[in-house]
Amino acid sequence: MTDRWRSSLEKICIPIGALVAALALFGLFCALAGANPFGVYYSIYRAAFGSWSSFQNTLIQASPLMLSALCTALPARLGLVIIGNEGALVMGGLAAVAGGLTLSGAGAPVLGVQLGMALAGMAAGGIWIAIVGALRHYRAVNETISSLLMNYIAIAFLNHMVNGPMKDPSSLNKPSSYPIPEIDMLGTLPGSRVHYGLVLGLIACGLAYFLIQRTTFGFAARTAGGNVRAARVAGLPVGKLTLAICFLGGACAGLAGMVEVAAVHGRANESLNANYGYGGVLVAFIARHNPLAASLVALLLGGILASGGILQRSHGLPDATVMVFQGIVFLSVLYSDSLYGKLPIFKPRPARPRPPVATATAV
Amino acid sequence: MRNPTFQVTRRQAIRGLLATGAFGLSLKLGACSGSPSASGGGSPLVAGFIYVGPKDDYGYNQAHAEGRASLDGIEGLKTVEEASVPETNAVQETMRSMIDIDGASAIFATSFGYFDPHVLAMAKEFPEVQFFHCGGLYQEGVHPENVGSYFGYIDEAQYVAGIVAAHASSSKRLGFIAAKPIPQVLRNVNSFTLGARTVDPTITTQVIFTGDWADPVREAEAANSMADQGIDVLTCHVDSPKVVIETAERRGIFSSGYHANQAELAPKGYLTGAEWDWSNVYKNYIAQMQAGKTLMNGGIPHLVRGGFKEGFLKLSPYGPAVTAEAQQAADAAKTQLASGELVIYKGEIKDNIGKTVIAGGKELGQTAVELEQMNWLAEGVQGSVG
Amino acid sequence: MASEALGWWGIPLAIIAGTLRGSAPFLFVSLGECLTEKSGKINLGLEGTLLMGAMSAYAVSYLTGSPWLGVIVAGVAGMFLGCIHGWLSQQPRVNDVAVGIAMIIFGSGLAFFLGKPFIQPSAPQLPVISLGAWSQMPQVQSALQISPLFLAGVAIAPLMQWFFRSSRWGLLVRAVGDSPDAARAMGISIFKVRMASIVAGSFLAGIGGASLSLFYPGSWSERISSGQGLMAVALVIFARWNPVQCLYASLLFGGAQAIGPALQSVGIDSYYYLFNASPYILTLIIMIVTCSPKRTLTGAPGALGQAQE
Repeated sequence: MTDRWRSSLEKICIPIGALVAALALFGLFCALAGANPFGVYYSIYRAAFGSWSSFQNTLIQASPLMLSALCTALPARLGLVIIGNEGALVMGGLAAVAGGLTLSGAGAPVLGVQLGMALAGMAAGGIWIAIVGALRHYRAVNETISSLLMNYIAIAFLNHMVNGPMKDPSSLNKPSSYPIPEIDMLGTLPGSRVHYGLVLGLIACGLAYFLIQRTTFGFAARTAGGNVRAARVAGLPVGKLTLAICFLGGACAGLAGMVEVAAVHGRANESLNANYGYGGVLVAFIARHNPLAASLVALLLGGILASGGILQRSHGLPDATVMVFQGIVFLSVLYSDSLYGKLPIFKPRPARPRPPVATATAV
Repeated sequence: MRNPTFQVTRRQAIRGLLATGAFGLSLKLGACSGSPSASGGGSPLVAGFIYVGPKDDYGYNQAHAEGRASLDGIEGLKTVEEASVPETNAVQETMRSMIDIDGASAIFATSFGYFDPHVLAMAKEFPEVQFFHCGGLYQEGVHPENVGSYFGYIDEAQYVAGIVAAHASSSKRLGFIAAKPIPQVLRNVNSFTLGARTVDPTITTQVIFTGDWADPVREAEAANSMADQGIDVLTCHVDSPKVVIETAERRGIFSSGYHANQAELAPKGYLTGAEWDWSNVYKNYIAQMQAGKTLMNGGIPHLVRGGFKEGFLKLSPYGPAVTAEAQQAADAAKTQLASGELVIYKGEIKDNIGKTVIAGGKELGQTAVELEQMNWLAEGVQGSVG
Repeated sequence: MASEALGWWGIPLAIIAGTLRGSAPFLFVSLGECLTEKSGKINLGLEGTLLMGAMSAYAVSYLTGSPWLGVIVAGVAGMFLGCIHGWLSQQPRVNDVAVGIAMIIFGSGLAFFLGKPFIQPSAPQLPVISLGAWSQMPQVQSALQISPLFLAGVAIAPLMQWFFRSSRWGLLVRAVGDSPDAARAMGISIFKVRMASIVAGSFLAGIGGASLSLFYPGSWSERISSGQGLMAVALVIFARWNPVQCLYASLLFGGAQAIGPALQSVGIDSYYYLFNASPYILTLIIMIVTCSPKRTLTGAPGALGQAQE
């Protein structure tokens, strides 16, 4: 009983400790830069979590990160390190606009247009990452480098399309595609300014968790991720698994692109490429590729991003301060992972030795 | 049911929620000892400035930040500023935060991409706050009435710079490194070329689009390949011209600056430059607001534009390579532009594929909306918009 | 200035010149990453290291007037970030890719933060070595102005190859990277070897940054690297963890950067977004052609990407 309490306490104290340590380090940094650290703490709190309005800012910043993180988290269960989130997001957004314009042009009902946009976005993002998976499986091309290269290719393709074939001539100084009709845009959650992307993100994280932890598909993926050769011997279709899981991951990032288009911009342009991809990679790794944890880490990163502005406005700190803050928080949280089972106070009492419990951890 | 409920396993929930909650805990402790740095004394006018990049980029954002800095010391005015705000819904949150937390009643959004949908959405939500946007095209009846747009006819300065460049060039080939083929950029390219061709109608301008507002390596590559092609005067329209000017100096060719004064970077080859002077614009806006005028009551016009005459622009002091003859010609053009005698876009003007874009005898004054929608390159420009 | 237009000859010249000018950052970062990965760890954070190196080199060169001191400080700044990465990524349960991404943010954030006062001023640049005096053409003379850092990088590549193949220390690094258990059994401190490799690799990446800010494009701004550090990390996999192939890959990338602008300067001005993406497309195609599922990647360190217990 007490050991269980210790273990729970450990899981509470270590992340808190990591954040407190990060805040202390960042406070020191601010003090060196000439700002009052306590004033800075108060401002961060006020801008990220201090009121319902500012918490909505955090939620808004977090929602694209949740979907984008899954593009790294899902393939990671198969042992693949994919960082092509930005590219899948961009391709998803572009396809969503193309689909939305086609459907609304054909007079489809609002729900049909939105569904079509979501499917087009997911298909494009999914195929984009499935290509990475296929190259990995059939040509043994390293998936990290190919997905990175495909980010740059996707962004170039986006720029090419919105400056050329898909350009709306009336989008003067910011070349963009034709806009999706106002009526077909995704709305906001009742009583808030947070768009439905948050709900989609949470649902996707939940489904991904269920898929990985509770289904035979997820079990097969985890097995193959542990040891590809053993999985082949056991008769698992490694190729199909690779393609499927890459498609699903890419589809999530593609959906994030669709949400950006359908809930925020209303059209495709270079603003689609707003670093949600790399943010998502970071979130996935911090969450140790657990989809549920990813949603919470996304919230943390969202809070940091939401507080970035006030550091400049109230404390005269330069715009890069929020990056330093972000870096310190994540380095500290990463380090804290190594402390599990190492701190003496959380160790089980040696007086009552217990046989080690050999359950597979869900990490 | 405003908040969606989280379905999370307990272990993950505890770990993550406490992680986020830990902020609040330690911050409340901090709040007791910290002193909020609010400025007292009546209720000053608070104006928020938003930049898309770092505010010390030797270019576009710096020009705006310097304009903002010129407001320091004005009685009854407080300014807040935020740099590196992307053109996503993050900028909406920044505006909201400036209004809610800092009490801003005027927002200056300085990047073109902020306008639609971000500024428009916020303007609808906060009808009592005035939103001034740099570069947008305000349309009466379409856009909310608390939105105003301001911009400068910097192509007037580029026209004069073109005259100076033409005098300096011996190969009669000029180079223009541009980010994207958008109307604001094309207008600068065309005005620069038209100015140069008043000196010598055989002069051509090669344009290279880098495709990105800031990509130093590609800008340097473009500058080098232009120098290789025998081009001997370079100018540019990118966010930060520093690399272009420095590369030109290293290659021993002339350069003409943009956004801000880059003379220090090229003591030998710097001819002149087209610079913004936002301080006049911002001071004027603030004075109007302090006199009780608003966009909503009609006291402040929705569309503010200006060139040399209105003090929106200036020309960098001429460099050592500029001859007396060139200075005379440039100064004359500048005076005529300011007085309105000289119209840059006066027909007949052909584009670079031989089509007449402005018919003979037709004059497009600087206020003409057609010019803000420019999608062609004038005769003498080598390059294409497609 | 009797410069004549080169016309179409400008394209190969621009590519050669771009190769000589622009490949040094790729080269240094990829050599640094090669050393790091040979020891069994990945350091994605070299993008941040590159920026930190660029900033500190420029700042020191400006403040002291000595660009060479700037180069050294850039390396030292890289080592500082390398220490953080080396220590943190070797803690149990800590993933090196995750630390690397966090280090990109931290390193570039720190570089931007500290670099604000140095965007405006002009710092003294590294001297150039002119190999083009034989030619009458200013274009050729300019193209053959070579950075001493580039030459140093070209020399380091075969040296590093020799180091891995034939030196005792190189053998240690490879042993640690290929089979840590065996190395541990031999009494080698895995921690120390990896730490040394990561710190030395970060030193090289810092120097790569110095090449950006003190030679080409020769200026400090926050967009100076535009992802070159990240690409250079990817190049190592492309180069199969072979230092000499890192050199070839870096040359390819440096040259490819010049393709887009050079084509426009002779009048090919459509599709420039796609031309600008040519380095990435080219690399992907080469990888697809040269990789094969039949064999594992030769040269891949055995312990790379494996969880640390």
